[in-house]
Amino acid sequence: MSSDVALTTLNWVQQLPAIQIAVPLAAAPFCSLLPGRKAPWLLSQLVALTSLCVAFLIYFQVLEHGSITYRLGGWDAPWGISIDIDSLNTLVLLLVTFTTTIITFAAKASLSQEIPEHKAALYNTALILGLAASIGITITGDAFNVFVFLEISSLSTYALIAMGKDPRALLASFRYLIMGTIGATFILIAIGLMYMATGTLNMADLSQRLPALADSSMIQASFAFFVIGAGLKIALFPMHFWLPSAYTYAPSIASTVLAATATKVSMYVLIRFIFDVYGVDIAFDTLNIALFLLPLSLIAIVSGSLSAIFRTELKSLLAYSSVAQMGYMTIGIATATTAGFTAATVHMFNHGIIKAALFLVLVGITYRLGSCELKQLAGAGRRMPWTIGAFVAGGLSLMGVPTTAGFISKWYLILAVIERGWWPVVILILISSLLAVVYVWKVVEHAWFKEADQTLADKQTEAPLSILIPVWIMVIANFYFGLDTSIPVGLAETAAQNLAGVFNNPTLETLAGDL
Amino acid sequence: MNESSIILLLCVLVPMFAAFLVWLNSDRPNVRDATSIVTTVILFGLVLKLYPAVLAGETLEFEVATLVANISLKFSVEPLGLMFATIASGLWIITTLYAIGYMRGNNEKHHTRFFFCFAFSIGAAMGIAFSDNLLTLFIFYEVLTLSTYPLVTHKGTDAARQGGRNYLSTLLTTSIGFLLPAIIWTYASAGTLDFIPGGVLAGQFNPAYLPLLIALFAFGIGKAALMPFHKWLPSAMVAPTPVSALLHAVAVVKAGVFTMMKVMIYTVGLDFAAMTSASMPIAYVACFTLTVASLIAMQKDNLKARLAYSTIGQLSYVVLGIMLANQAGVFGGAMQIAMHAMGKITLFFCAGAIYVATHKTEISDMQGLGRKMPFTFAAFFIASLSIIGLPPLGGSWAKFYLIMGSLEAEQMIIVAALLLSSLLNIAYLLPIVARAFFLPLPDSKQAAPMIGHESNDINPLHVQEAPILCLMPLIITAAGSVALFFYADAIYALIALIPLSGG
Repeated sequence: MSSDVALTTLNWVQQLPAIQIAVPLAAAPFCSLLPGRKAPWLLSQLVALTSLCVAFLIYFQVLEHGSITYRLGGWDAPWGISIDIDSLNTLVLLLVTFTTTIITFAAKASLSQEIPEHKAALYNTALILGLAASIGITITGDAFNVFVFLEISSLSTYALIAMGKDPRALLASFRYLIMGTIGATFILIAIGLMYMATGTLNMADLSQRLPALADSSMIQASFAFFVIGAGLKIALFPMHFWLPSAYTYAPSIASTVLAATATKVSMYVLIRFIFDVYGVDIAFDTLNIALFLLPLSLIAIVSGSLSAIFRTELKSLLAYSSVAQMGYMTIGIATATTAGFTAATVHMFNHGIIKAALFLVLVGITYRLGSCELKQLAGAGRRMPWTIGAFVAGGLSLMGVPTTAGFISKWYLILAVIERGWWPVVILILISSLLAVVYVWKVVEHAWFKEADQTLADKQTEAPLSILIPVWIMVIANFYFGLDTSIPVGLAETAAQNLAGVFNNPTLETLAGDL
Repeated sequence: MNESSIILLLCVLVPMFAAFLVWLNSDRPNVRDATSIVTTVILFGLVLKLYPAVLAGETLEFEVATLVANISLKFSVEPLGLMFATIASGLWIITTLYAIGYMRGNNEKHHTRFFFCFAFSIGAAMGIAFSDNLLTLFIFYEVLTLSTYPLVTHKGTDAARQGGRNYLSTLLTTSIGFLLPAIIWTYASAGTLDFIPGGVLAGQFNPAYLPLLIALFAFGIGKAALMPFHKWLPSAMVAPTPVSALLHAVAVVKAGVFTMMKVMIYTVGLDFAAMTSASMPIAYVACFTLTVASLIAMQKDNLKARLAYSTIGQLSYVVLGIMLANQAGVFGGAMQIAMHAMGKITLFFCAGAIYVATHKTEISDMQGLGRKMPFTFAAFFIASLSIIGLPPLGGSWAKFYLIMGSLEAEQMIIVAALLLSSLLNIAYLLPIVARAFFLPLPDSKQAAPMIGHESNDINPLHVQEAPILCLMPLIITAAGSVALFFYADAIYALIALIPLSGG
């Protein structure tokens, strides 16, 4: 079902995948030369917007043709690098480009306060490079290419985090650098082992050759390295320690972009390699990855939510919340069923939207109040209702209230787990949802039921429109994707169907018998 | 789709739209309050327009959007839902009038927020009444919880905040922790969440697990205040009295027991439940709740607290009725929804009127008050008789059917509990009236003058009632309790149309 591309035709529609990657990649070095604040920001906004448009065009192409394959340089796979876009990575592509575009709207105001002018060009360069890398990871069909872009994305992230005002930002960046490099190295080892065993780096090719090698200890070792490496990148418990400090001390806008994209792209890599490249045989039958993923995910969802409750600083609160939410996705993966896959994929998208909205609110709060400490928000609900209201609305999505995107994810996840008959897991998922209610409500109580002294009260004004508008666009997106699920669920289900025959779905007989 | 189906959507949207109009008119109190009143009348009219179709047995459906998989946000109307909608919209008119009088008479703050949330909550209640499937119902159920939260915490005091916290935590914990898994379990077994006469579970669900599922539903529907998840109700008493009237008579608790009935009739299926006796454990829990709640009510001196526990007990009548899983039980439960709404709202109106007129909240302070506020206490007396279940008040029909249902199910313990509870109801309601009428007023030199009536030499009987906007509603609803006795057959005609078994 793929439509090949002959490079002799210069049909621009067929060049879209290359354009998608080339535009940010080319713009990045150019951005570093721009002076002042406005020019770099305009460029990054333009690049993000262009990427979004291209992503949409690709989306329509994928809807029409099912999947797109593009051979870079005209070299055939498996020797050349190919770009393979199917429903799964289209979803991630849309998420990354959409959130980056909206978030960058708010960047100008926020950055004017958080980073010095001479660093503005560097910041935007790192951002554009990070966008290019995320797009690259998402659409590439070559395993080594994944690693290369992963490294590019990590490097730009280290730079972004290190630019935070707080001196602890450097330490946070360094910690992430160490852990991220270990993760990337493990992934590299995994790819190396795969290459040694099969002689190919093309992911589609690998997916056909690897199942036959399921008993080879080289491939099993490769898989193990891969899961650990990817686990580090997605902040799977207990490899999540880099995340809270990274999100807290980075510039607020950087945290927002990271929260919305970085971990999601890494999750995509995990999902792609587990279900497509290695395949369910290796992942669940030969080595039971569920035995590894499930307990860690359960600990993540409970301890992440519990840690979030005790935080007094909102950025670190949301960071721990993210650890818990990534746990939901890995539970979905661990079920190894169509429903679980759909749940993990849908939540990957929805969580990006949720965290984008919530962190954007924090951008606004930091802009006005200088920090996101909870006590700064005493009584803020009355004086900055639109800002705090947006946090509550996004919080509803985090809690999984119906009509929000978060509810859709939760629905599919619990359905998947019930299908497998894992009732204790259902209970833990529900407990962690209730814990989410607690920490969202902490903010509500501070904002509406506490009182501030006059100096603080004077600072509590609404965030500027340039931040509020993106905030509310993301909040509305939350509700939109809670009601019209055609993009996330549609693409996830198509992806699941394309991988049909891969899943160990319980049969109807087992369902009726068990329940 | 019938043209009248659009009415279903309008019933949900009109109050929500009105809420925004209220918000826009926040600085013009008279326009704002007039908007509220006009909307209530429009809504009631819309609900009445549905009667011809329902009585003729037609189907009216309105699908809004697909939500997940094959489940959509969809409205439809059936007799039970129509009854609930009628009660909610009808009593909303009266409650709004009362609330305007109360809020102005008491100089409460934040009127706009109050009426905004009021209107929005009724919209959510309409959504619950007209939901076509369990997911739509769940959505509006949660919306109702969230939209009534600002009403509970209205006063903004520490006690209000604590009450609000209790309210929200109990309702969200039960709905996310029990109701949601029950819904998803139902979907995983039956493949659908539609409300279908006879239920969707028979043949798709292992009967051994049915008591567990019913328990998840029963405790998950926290708004029905089944013990031990009842504490939110007395906690919510920190709210102003119109909120209590709305919550505890019109919208929230009725939404809870209505949901319980709807789930049992259209999702679980009464035949399936009766065959497996799966609902009997919860029937016993309901029995326990109604007895213990009445006992606790007897000990409360705060009038609103006493009425709160009375509500908890009275709600259990409905739960009991539906858990008996027979036709008489259903009739009893449905009648109880109607009769209790009318009776309880009167009692709360009286409590509010007493507070506005005298600022008294404790029953022990209310001796002799009947002489100063005869209309209020007369209404209180009439409503009490309805709650107790004595003819010629409406509540007697509800009791009658419940006892019939218990006899039919051969549950003598339940019959005994019902009779005992009537005695307990007498014990906690009538002394209030007796104290007001038969005890003398405290020494007039020490008694503070009634608020707003400092000089009343023109009044020979020394009657100092609450303001008229507070008084008229309670007289109307008290008269309603009497009227419902005589017009119970109208209700009967409607609920007889509820399809109790599959076609």
